[in-house]
Amino acid sequence: MNHLLEVSGISVTFDGFRAINNLSFSIGTAELRAIIGPNGAGKTTFMDIVTGKTKPDEGRVIWGEKSTNLLKLNEAKIARAGVGRKFQRPTVFEDQSVAENLMMALKANRAPWSVLFWRPTKADHFKVAALAEEVGLGDSLARKSGELSHGQKQWLEIGMLLAQEPRLLLVDEPAAGMTLAEREQTTALLVDLARTRAVVVVEHDMEFVRRLGCKVTVLHEGSVLAEGSLDHVTSNPKVIEVYLGR
Amino acid sequence: MKPGFLAKNPSVLTFLLVLAIFTLAITFLSDAYGSGLVSTSMVKTLGKTLCLCLIAIAMDLIWGYTGILSLGHFAFFGLGGYMVGMWLMFARTRDIVLASAGGALPMTPQELSDAIASQIFGVVGASELPTVWAFAGSLPAQLALVVLVPGLLAFVFGWLAFHSRVTGVYLSILTQAMTLALSLYLFQNDSGLRGNNGLSGLQNIPGIEGAGQDAVSVWFLWASALALALGYMLASFIVSGKFGSVIRGIRDDEARVRFLGYSVESYKLFVFTLTAVIAAIAGALYYPQAGIINPAEMAPIASIYLAVWVAIGGRGRLYGAVVGAAFVSLVSTWFTGGRVPDVNLGFYTVKWVDWWSVLLGLSFVLVTLFAPKGLAGLVDLVQGLRPPRRGGTPLGPDDGSLQEQEAVE
Ligand SMILES: Nc1ncnc2c1ncn2[C@@H]1O[C@H](COP(=O)(O)OP(=O)(O)OP(=O)(O)O)[C@@H](O)[C@H]1O
Ligand SMILES: [Mg+2]
Repeated sequence: MNHLLEVSGISVTFDGFRAINNLSFSIGTAELRAIIGPNGAGKTTFMDIVTGKTKPDEGRVIWGEKSTNLLKLNEAKIARAGVGRKFQRPTVFEDQSVAENLMMALKANRAPWSVLFWRPTKADHFKVAALAEEVGLGDSLARKSGELSHGQKQWLEIGMLLAQEPRLLLVDEPAAGMTLAEREQTTALLVDLARTRAVVVVEHDMEFVRRLGCKVTVLHEGSVLAEGSLDHVTSNPKVIEVYLGR
Repeated sequence: MKPGFLAKNPSVLTFLLVLAIFTLAITFLSDAYGSGLVSTSMVKTLGKTLCLCLIAIAMDLIWGYTGILSLGHFAFFGLGGYMVGMWLMFARTRDIVLASAGGALPMTPQELSDAIASQIFGVVGASELPTVWAFAGSLPAQLALVVLVPGLLAFVFGWLAFHSRVTGVYLSILTQAMTLALSLYLFQNDSGLRGNNGLSGLQNIPGIEGAGQDAVSVWFLWASALALALGYMLASFIVSGKFGSVIRGIRDDEARVRFLGYSVESYKLFVFTLTAVIAAIAGALYYPQAGIINPAEMAPIASIYLAVWVAIGGRGRLYGAVVGAAFVSLVSTWFTGGRVPDVNLGFYTVKWVDWWSVLLGLSFVLVTLFAPKGLAGLVDLVQGLRPPRRGGTPLGPDDGSLQEQEAVE
């Protein structure tokens, strides 16, 4: 199987505390993967490393057909290489409208000079409207995103992620603050997206993970504790002990 | 700029109209071209104020929009002034030397250069032309340097600072240190720019001795108004499109902008360098109207005043910056000019010349605390009376996060 992202043997230490410990992980070009694990297991830190926010002390992060070393790239370049990220807390530009947020995320040349002279075409307006529609914000395009509810901000951020057209989506706790109906919608969307690209979902909610129906990686104290189907990992005694038993 | 830009930005059109009417009105009230109701020195003050409005736009771009509190833009302003001042002083001294040589034997270039040098640098006890004056004889060269020297300094400084990811207060301190270092350097006599004497006699424009100061002052008013108009249009072009979205995004959450794939450092560097050049052009127009420039003009306090103007006017809005700079600098001239009657409290006499800084500082604190939108916020109050044009009322980030908390609960 060919891998889109291959993380091998990474470790990170924060002030003497090992947040990630010899972690290895890989995902294919069109695969859905859930990562679960107790608080502080290192799930967010793992995403920080892949997206370039945190540099690991050791290990390798290899990307794509050309086997690019992501550790050599900065955050912006990694994002341009095709890694999109949704944060644990919704982070949208609250001072700007939904349309502006989406327009900024839309895949296009990111260099200052071309951005300066870039003006949206009809097709761009159409794309933004379609994206907004897809995430249920079709009639909120002109609203400031700061006015949106928590759940709507989550959706807007997902919309921005889609606008980037990434090859790998890292999604940190997407369902937080969403209603049951919204959660179902989110799972459907993620499953659909994973048909054409790689999607990694961090989630605490077991029901949510079950609906994703994908391979699960259990993280504990910065390394992989178990990997496999949800039923497989939830019957693992070690997993029950550190995570489910509590 | 595409056609329709003005139509899409009605506030730009309003601004340009107001500026044009103002400039015409002053022209028709001036000594040279009108009734003489406005004195030449007043025309100069107004012309200088327009230059200050231009640098305030630069400050608003870098601080109000991009979120970088630069305390160094007056250094670029001063450098622009020095660059144009060198030509003004050199060319005028050359004319004087040539005139006084009269019908005597023609001078060799070396003799001429030495004569000019001893005229200009006599005060600092030097008689040779420093190398930084190499191009001072050429107006086009010095005009190019107005852009190149501050632009290059800003580029190198910005590159080093932004690529090592210095942000926030540390960056402000760094820009202030740069400003201080530059002004201290210029204070030295052997800096080649006449130390604390600075450059003087800049109001006399070589080649147009025929025209009096009353006419020249109006010409500079026009030039300053034109520069301000162009600067305003450029700035609103920059902030109106996606570029504006990106820099406001950098101001609010630069990490998030990085994860969208934008190279935050390049954007900061771009805006920093561009605004330095705008500031330099403003300075190059300001000092011929002021007549004199010395290193004290570039002291860090000047850049702090600039931040105060923009804050009082309302940052994050171009007309706010302009209003703030015009209002505060004119009021400041009025107070410090000694023309405001002292207030006798019986036990103490409030001398405005001394107390103005306190008053300014106080209003800065009050505006920051109670009216963060500044004077431009008044426009919102007026517009609030009309039905809002857009889908919703603007809520600040604070209100947004409030809803977020509610949603979590
Ligand atoms: N920048 C940092 N400095 C110091 N410690 C950190 C830093 N980032 C993370 N940590 C620590 O590393 C550990 C892993 O954190 P991480 O945020 O990755 O956990 P998580 O699995 O995402 O947890 P949660 O489920 O609560 O989101 C935690 O103990 C955290 O306190
Ligand atoms: Mg986390």
